[in-house]
Amino acid sequence: MSENAKEPHVVVKDLDMAYGSFVIQRDLTFNINRQDVFIIMGGSGCGKSTLLRHLVGLKAPARGQVYFDDRSFWEVAPEERALMMRRFGILYQSGALWSSMTLAENIALPLGEYTDLAADQIREVCSLKLALVGLAGFEDFYPSEISGGMQKRAGLARAMALDPEILFFDEPSAGLDPISSKLLDDLILELRDSLGATIVVVTHELASIFAIGNNSVFLDPVTKTMIAEGDPKWLRDESPDPRVRTFLNRGLENGAGA
Amino acid sequence: MSLEAGAADPLIPEPCTFAVDHESAGSLVLRLSGAWTLASGIPRFGEAQKDIEPWIKGRKITFEAGGLTGWDSGCLTFLYQLANFGAEHDVEVDWSGLPTGVQRLTQLAIAVPERSDARRGEDREPFLTKLGKQSLELVNSFGEMLEFLGEATQTFVRYFRGKASFRRSDFIVIVEDCGANALPIVTLISLLVGMILAFVGAVQLEQFGAGIYVANLVGIAMVREMGAMMTAIIMAGRTGAAFAAQLGTMQVNEEIDALSTLGLSPMEFLVLPRMLALILMMPLLSVYADLMGVLGGAIVGIGMLDLTLVEYLRQTQSAVTMTDFLLGVGKAAVFGVVIAISGCMRGIKCGRSASGVGLAATSAVVTAIVFIIVIDGIFAVVTNAIGI
Repeated sequence: MSENAKEPHVVVKDLDMAYGSFVIQRDLTFNINRQDVFIIMGGSGCGKSTLLRHLVGLKAPARGQVYFDDRSFWEVAPEERALMMRRFGILYQSGALWSSMTLAENIALPLGEYTDLAADQIREVCSLKLALVGLAGFEDFYPSEISGGMQKRAGLARAMALDPEILFFDEPSAGLDPISSKLLDDLILELRDSLGATIVVVTHELASIFAIGNNSVFLDPVTKTMIAEGDPKWLRDESPDPRVRTFLNRGLENGAGA
Repeated sequence: MSLEAGAADPLIPEPCTFAVDHESAGSLVLRLSGAWTLASGIPRFGEAQKDIEPWIKGRKITFEAGGLTGWDSGCLTFLYQLANFGAEHDVEVDWSGLPTGVQRLTQLAIAVPERSDARRGEDREPFLTKLGKQSLELVNSFGEMLEFLGEATQTFVRYFRGKASFRRSDFIVIVEDCGANALPIVTLISLLVGMILAFVGAVQLEQFGAGIYVANLVGIAMVREMGAMMTAIIMAGRTGAAFAAQLGTMQVNEEIDALSTLGLSPMEFLVLPRMLALILMMPLLSVYADLMGVLGGAIVGIGMLDLTLVEYLRQTQSAVTMTDFLLGVGKAAVFGVVIAISGCMRGIKCGRSASGVGLAATSAVVTAIVFIIVIDGIFAVVTNAIGI
């Protein structure tokens, strides 16, 4: 799939996001290329998670378009949009596992809905997915019986259930200790390389941003629009905008050089 | 944080005192002494302001804190207000006379100016504005309810055409919860309602020697009205609230988003099984409640009126018609829909916080009970008009 690299996978054009008349962000235009690890970053309250909700189809834009493979996500018929959404995997901030089901049942639900596999085959797929995230043997645990970090990994196993083309992560390292968060970062890169998936991550964790990101967009809560895009490492050192450099250097402007 | 090892007992703080010294030209010296702590109490700034205000013109405020034996947030609160006062009146404040800790914390507090748009004013809206807003909200919420009802109906139709699905194991758990598990409370309440009706009736009817008609009274009242209605009210409080809380928590926890983004409709997966379960269980529970009510009436009839069980049951049998029975059962099914819809709707529209879940559960019960009573009233008028 490497020949596909640099080919845009998701295109966001003139997107305005608003709750009623309250505008969160406006004029967002950027591309997410195939096999990118694309970071959506910015200070607290700038609308990162809201942008994610627009990309995955939970919220319709106030204006503008989101294209997946040149097809406008919000202009196609709802049935087709549902088909497009099936190619996404989403890891929610809290894991969002269905609390009344065991981990295996959580992963089995989308498989049972959208594949023709028999029950025992589904069970085997579930075991594989759990093993991939390091939770082999936890099939019959309920989400409340495992730790927060494990819930997050189980959420990732569910997000990968249908072998998605695009994986979305909402604050993957929130609430994780540094080592778990590093392991999750490694896992994200591994998935990108082995599955050839495109990864979109909402985060403000600088260590993660530099460890995994190769493309990004920076949202500013004051001007309510994006003020930078590109490789976060480049932005940290070379961005012409002092606000971006300050953010990426933990508040020390030009900290990388100093 | 005592700054001076005073001679006094450290457990009894010296009262804080405050003096304004306006002797020296160019500056206004505030003398703070004693313990300026929350525990010992601090002077109100408003009162202190009266002492300061006449003297500030052309002076700067300085401090002398030699006698200060202790300080905490209490002292800082006072100084913060003083700083704001100074900024408002363009008076320079020289903090250098205060202990370093106090100086630094005060600087920290005043470093970022208050955002003029951040403070929510307690503006009282005029009564009419409030009334108008609330009326609009009511209209909106009624529209939302209709929308939800429409969606639920569509899902229901899809289900009967075999195009909607949910997990059977979920359905069985819900049926158990709102069927078998509700039996004890339904038993208790309907038995008691039957007995109460019989008591009230017995006292009146015995005066005419018509005690046997207690059976008619209890039988018709339970089967036609009270069986379905009491069950509905119990289930609104028990199951309707539970539905709202479950779905509300799922909303808070993004579980409903996770369903939607997988292309699974929350309507099919969460609302449909709950609605079906209540539509099936409510009539059964109400039949059971009818039986319990009649049994309660029989206990009173046998105990108070010296009737035999056979006599009582015969009389009930002759009084209650099939129409009464079907009407009661039919109403129970309708109430089941009402409870399921209001519970699920409030849950799904729940705000994303813990208090949102509480509100959802409360309003689910209130909505359900209001509609149960209203619908029961409509049934009563309609059946009366068409004569059944």
